[in-house]
Amino acid sequence: MIDIDGITKRYGKATVVDRVNLQIPRGGVVSLIGANGAGKSTLLSMVGRLLEPCDGRITVDGHDVQATPGPELARRLSVLRQENHLPVRLAVGELVAFGRFPHSGGRLSTRDHDHIDRAIAHLDLGPMAHRRLDQLSGGQRQRAFIAMVLAQDTDYVLLDEPLNTLDMRHAAQTMDTIRRMADDLDKTVVVVLHDVNVAAHHSDRIVAMKHGRVVADGSPSEVVDRDVLRHVFDLDVPVSHTDAGPVAMHFGRACTSGDAPLASRTGEFR
Amino acid sequence: MLQLRDDLDRPVADRDADHGFSPRHAALVLAVLAALAVAAIAVFMTYDLRGSLAFALELRAKKVAGMALVGTALGVATVLFHTVSGNRILTPSLMGFDNLYLLIQTGAAFTFGTFAFLSVDVRLRFGLEVVVMMGFALALHRLFLGRARDDVVALLLVGVVLGGMFASLTDLVARLIDPNEYVTLQDQFFASFATVDEELLGVSALAVGAVLVYVWRRTARLDVLALGRDTAVGLGVDHTRTVDRVLMVVALLVSVATALVGPITFLGLLVSNLAYRLVGTFRHRWTLPSAALAGVVALIGAQFAIEEYFAFETRASIVISFIGGTYFIILLLREART
Amino acid sequence: MITVARPAPQGADRRYLAIGALVLLGAAAVSLFVGVSGISPADLLAGDAQKRAVLLESRIPRLAAIVLAGSAMGVAGLIMQGLTQNRFVAPSTAGTIESATFGVLVATLWFGSGSVFAKMTLAVLFALVGTAIFLALVERLRFSDIIVVPLVGIMFGAVVGAATMFFAFRADLLQTLSAWTTADFSGTLRGRYELLWLVGGLTVLAYRYADRFTVAGMGRDHAVNLGVDHRRTVTLGLALVAAVSAVVVVVVGAIPFLGLVAPNITTLLVGDNMRRVLPVTALSGALFLLVCDILSRTIRYPFEVPVGTVVGVLGGAVFVFLIFRSRFGAAAA
Repeated sequence: MIDIDGITKRYGKATVVDRVNLQIPRGGVVSLIGANGAGKSTLLSMVGRLLEPCDGRITVDGHDVQATPGPELARRLSVLRQENHLPVRLAVGELVAFGRFPHSGGRLSTRDHDHIDRAIAHLDLGPMAHRRLDQLSGGQRQRAFIAMVLAQDTDYVLLDEPLNTLDMRHAAQTMDTIRRMADDLDKTVVVVLHDVNVAAHHSDRIVAMKHGRVVADGSPSEVVDRDVLRHVFDLDVPVSHTDAGPVAMHFGRACTSGDAPLASRTGEFR
Repeated sequence: MLQLRDDLDRPVADRDADHGFSPRHAALVLAVLAALAVAAIAVFMTYDLRGSLAFALELRAKKVAGMALVGTALGVATVLFHTVSGNRILTPSLMGFDNLYLLIQTGAAFTFGTFAFLSVDVRLRFGLEVVVMMGFALALHRLFLGRARDDVVALLLVGVVLGGMFASLTDLVARLIDPNEYVTLQDQFFASFATVDEELLGVSALAVGAVLVYVWRRTARLDVLALGRDTAVGLGVDHTRTVDRVLMVVALLVSVATALVGPITFLGLLVSNLAYRLVGTFRHRWTLPSAALAGVVALIGAQFAIEEYFAFETRASIVISFIGGTYFIILLLREART
Repeated sequence: MITVARPAPQGADRRYLAIGALVLLGAAAVSLFVGVSGISPADLLAGDAQKRAVLLESRIPRLAAIVLAGSAMGVAGLIMQGLTQNRFVAPSTAGTIESATFGVLVATLWFGSGSVFAKMTLAVLFALVGTAIFLALVERLRFSDIIVVPLVGIMFGAVVGAATMFFAFRADLLQTLSAWTTADFSGTLRGRYELLWLVGGLTVLAYRYADRFTVAGMGRDHAVNLGVDHRRTVTLGLALVAAVSAVVVVVVGAIPFLGLVAPNITTLLVGDNMRRVLPVTALSGALFLLVCDILSRTIRYPFEVPVGTVVGVLGGAVFVFLIFRSRFGAAAA
């Protein structure tokens, strides 16, 4: 279980994450949604110990993420940031192999190679394993990084907007991969998503944030609701119920009319 | 120095072959560089020997040993600095490390008095200066690298300006010292290839050797570090601590080089980028030794050319500045376009 | 973004101009009475002929040289920053000063060290060519980062500097070279600084063209739209900058950072409209150099430290602060 206890992050006077308490038990896909600047990515980065919280404590299966030795935590928890530009040039296969570093310390065993090959196959990267990352498209690169995280073989996987640079097909494939990571490989995936409908369709639980706080938390059908969404995004979004579950109609005129106070939305960026 | 055979037999290396990088090629590059280094040393030792053979050989051996040490130190320091800073145009020299060393030296002489300063054993003095340098490296990490991780060019500009400022400050402090005393100091300070200090050479060789062993044992972790902070942290590397240590190593290596022969601003930049290009991988197992060897070859080669063809009418550092500076501009132009 | 023009607070330029002028007057007074041979206003009133001679032969020329060189270098930096739309470009970060120094060396090699005219002509020519090469390099960086531009300039300066060193070393002129690369006013006497009045004239000329530089700095398209000949304006600006830098190098030696520090501080206070900023920049450049010079005379009294060294330390510190402010200041907030 990931246990987030009273986590706060401030930059100067701006509080980006404000005393968040959240428990994420093992298993399933949990989506974090919210407007820009709501604190989703910051929270995720603190769980992945890429950022240090100003206050509070995060544990993963009882291990404090700040205090646990790096390699030990890296065998339980992997994290992938939104922008992954590498300062060095390397091939897809090489990158994926680095996912085994926490386990191997740099010397790959047969078992490590199995994991690498499986991850490459899982993300359909076989044909381009030899290609250099800087020669790939944004979507391919993103998949290579996900493959690295997969090779890392951790119980918990944190992904920050993995669909950001992907076209529709690759976005669907990636969400499918995420789903299978949870279903077939028994991993717990926490993912920051922009699109409420994608979140609704692929996750078991949705946590919505606003102004650095958790403002809604529940199943997709609970969160994708006109009143809840209005509260989260300050935007009136009709929800239509289809066979595939609830769909937020955040396009068309309904969004900009009514009581969607633009002023309060821009206020969030301060 | 290196055990190539062992590396080749490792499964990692074989695997690498599958992923677009050829260890066979890298090993060949390394072998050629090693041969070139040996040849350069041999030629430098033996060409145009005249007069007392033993005396000439001893003199040259000292010089060659100094240059080999400096070439290695700067090559390795630069590659390490590239790794922690996440780009290939920042170098410790460009960040003002070597000018700082001169400043520390001059500052110490000013603070404690020239004669007190000179009466301290040169090795002890060097040791203390290295400690101060390491302190600076850590401060640099805390103050700049942490905040400017993604802003390499700003960091570089700060470094270049700091370097110039350190040079001015050294000049200023030097002028505050009694002019008569300063003459005595000058010989001590402005090291050159011709005046390699024997006592310093021994202790430097030991220090560099120890550091190389330390680094060599951690090449895998350095590889992960080169992937950038977030990825490295995600893969379980204690980023802050590792970078601290690497920067301390860099500080030591640059101190050795500057103490032995004075600042050579662009050598590290040249040889490290040459090494990356030649071996075709960023893996430290290959880049570190090839940068070190390239450093040795470049330095001895340049000095040989100067002694032989320019009849000492210029300095190795001037030639290297010219070539290195031009190369740097090309690098910047290329980086900025992509 | 740093390139975005800051609006000028109403009347700020006049206020700062007045304050600056007062402070400059004060500093000038101090400057006149600081030195090895102690002069006080009382001496002058008492009609001490010898002290009066020192004042006329040395102190006043020195003050004039500092004010002229300081204001001109400040304005030269301002023009370069305007034309390149980059706050970090100045004669010392564009290879201009190094090129001028190279020119002085070549003149010395060809025509001997006595020929001031040859030195000046070649210095201006080299500065012009060097700066043009820099601009051509920068042109290839069009879409790049604001900080890469001065880096290219500094490195270009280093390369030119290495070439200069190379020839100076071979001709055994290293000592002389260091005199050109470090500004020093200790040798400024009547009859040996008057060339600097030329840069004073250039500074006034720059003021006349200030509006055009502002427009040219907005880019070719805007310039064409507003009916300004972009190419000609840039060339004119370049020529002004090259001439100013070259003359200053020949007469007092290279002054680092001044062309960066003075305009940056000034635009921070007064905004970016060149016509309003230019006089204040001239003032702040003179003031900065004067303060550095007073320091250089008192810090190791009775010896003098070259003013270039003091400027190198102070100017470097201010410059680092400016980079921090523009780049990391925002990130930390």
